[in-house]
Amino acid sequence: MKKRWISYPYLLWMIIFIIVPLILVLCFSIFISTDNGLQFSLNNYKRFMEPLYLKVLWRSVVLAGISTIICLILGYPVAMILASKQMSKKSFLLFLCILPMWMNFLLRTYAWMTLLEKNGFINKILSFFGIGPFQLLYNNAAVILGMVYNFIPFMILPIYSVMKKIDPSVIEAAEDLGANQITVFKKIIFPLSLPGVFSGISMVFMPAVTTFVIPRLLGGGQFMLIGNLIERQFLLSGDWNFGSAVSIVMMIIILISMAIISKYDKEHEGGQLW
Amino acid sequence: MVKNIISRIYLFIILLFLYAPIVILMIFSFNDSKSRAKWNGFTLKWYESLFSDPDIKKALYYTIIIAILSSIISTIIGTLAAIGIHNMQKWKKIFIMNVTYLPILNPDIVTGISLMILFIFVNLKLGFTTMLLAHITFNIPYVILSVMPKLKQLNKHLYEAALDLGATPLYAFYKVILPEIMPGVITGALLAFTLSLDDFVISFFNTGSGVTNLSITIYSMARRGVEPTINALSTLMFIVVLILLFIVNKRTSKDTN
Repeated sequence: MKKRWISYPYLLWMIIFIIVPLILVLCFSIFISTDNGLQFSLNNYKRFMEPLYLKVLWRSVVLAGISTIICLILGYPVAMILASKQMSKKSFLLFLCILPMWMNFLLRTYAWMTLLEKNGFINKILSFFGIGPFQLLYNNAAVILGMVYNFIPFMILPIYSVMKKIDPSVIEAAEDLGANQITVFKKIIFPLSLPGVFSGISMVFMPAVTTFVIPRLLGGGQFMLIGNLIERQFLLSGDWNFGSAVSIVMMIIILISMAIISKYDKEHEGGQLW
Repeated sequence: MVKNIISRIYLFIILLFLYAPIVILMIFSFNDSKSRAKWNGFTLKWYESLFSDPDIKKALYYTIIIAILSSIISTIIGTLAAIGIHNMQKWKKIFIMNVTYLPILNPDIVTGISLMILFIFVNLKLGFTTMLLAHITFNIPYVILSVMPKLKQLNKHLYEAALDLGATPLYAFYKVILPEIMPGVITGALLAFTLSLDDFVISFFNTGSGVTNLSITIYSMARRGVEPTINALSTLMFIVVLILLFIVNKRTSKDTN
């Protein structure tokens, strides 16, 4: 079975549709067209360092960071409960936890629009008790809620798959040696679950920091995040050079954090979707 | 015992958080009023208007055609690629696999705009072709990653044995290798199909001239505000995804056993 040539169609595909496009993005970000043809320039990167754009980057990182922390706080216990041996119908419950992840992303976001809007479901319930109506949409909290709702399965799944592999005899041994439940958690369960936590953090943070749909639909567009910034450069203002520079910065940030996280997650067992 | 009850209650609350919006969305798709808060009686009129809406029909048509074409093409290219890559020297294999991971690791928006730049750069009009090419591009890596584990399990002497017994290489491929890696191939194809059905960001940047898929249609409708036909559409899409997942799940659990 030495037929390497059968992979050549893919290699060609890979060069044309993966490598060349990324090189083009890089070129657009570092060359600007002037009267004397193309010229090398880092102006687009410098422009990104202006306070206006750094604020956008900062806001994206903060909102995605808060969402990631909330996902971790809410998701960790879920993973722990699912991985504990007493739970019956475990695989069905796990299936329920990750099923929403396969529902169309836009529909999940849209579902919250209908709940949060001014004469939506939540405001109707509140008015039943004589309070409201409140403007629940178009603020940071709505964006964070949308991110948590959309990405929490990505936190539960990797933590669960790591926890499931913890050898129960290790926990029993600790208990036999007199450790109480808090010590067992602190000294055994939590450290052993860290690879899952790291890959969960990356799987939530990465899509959250780059999304432009959630801020557009739930944030109403006035809350510009870095994804919206890129989208605008390409579809509205037509400034491809600046848009490419922002994309390159974002790509580098994400690939570096991926590399750091995969160091902690050496066996790649946390990242699997099935 | 108490701990168990608390666990169950907690799990219930999280599942409620996950499912309440979807369920409410579905219930209100049968509501006879445009309001999302008042129940005016049961109706199927949103489903009727959904099926008579030419835009949605067109979007559905493109979504399905692109999902079918892109999953078939990416399965063929990806399966062949996986076999070829599997037999490469180590460093070449590592390099190619790293590039293959790029579309998976890269933010969708970067993959989307980079392909858009390529298509505009070579003067290819954005539309059906570009969307199809983009979908094949992000599907192939998933097919490769589904087929690779099956190739690692494959006994490499089987193929040699077939050749020794007089099979032509092509015959040996069909009769020996393909049946062995088939579960991975089918899982990859289903995964590609589901991902293609669901994609928004990459399609959004690589489409034009009236070609849209369901996600893009939902986005433009949702941007205008809440619309009950979207509720009807979500109900139907949720059921379809549920059926697809059920099949994939059955397959993967069969594989691991």
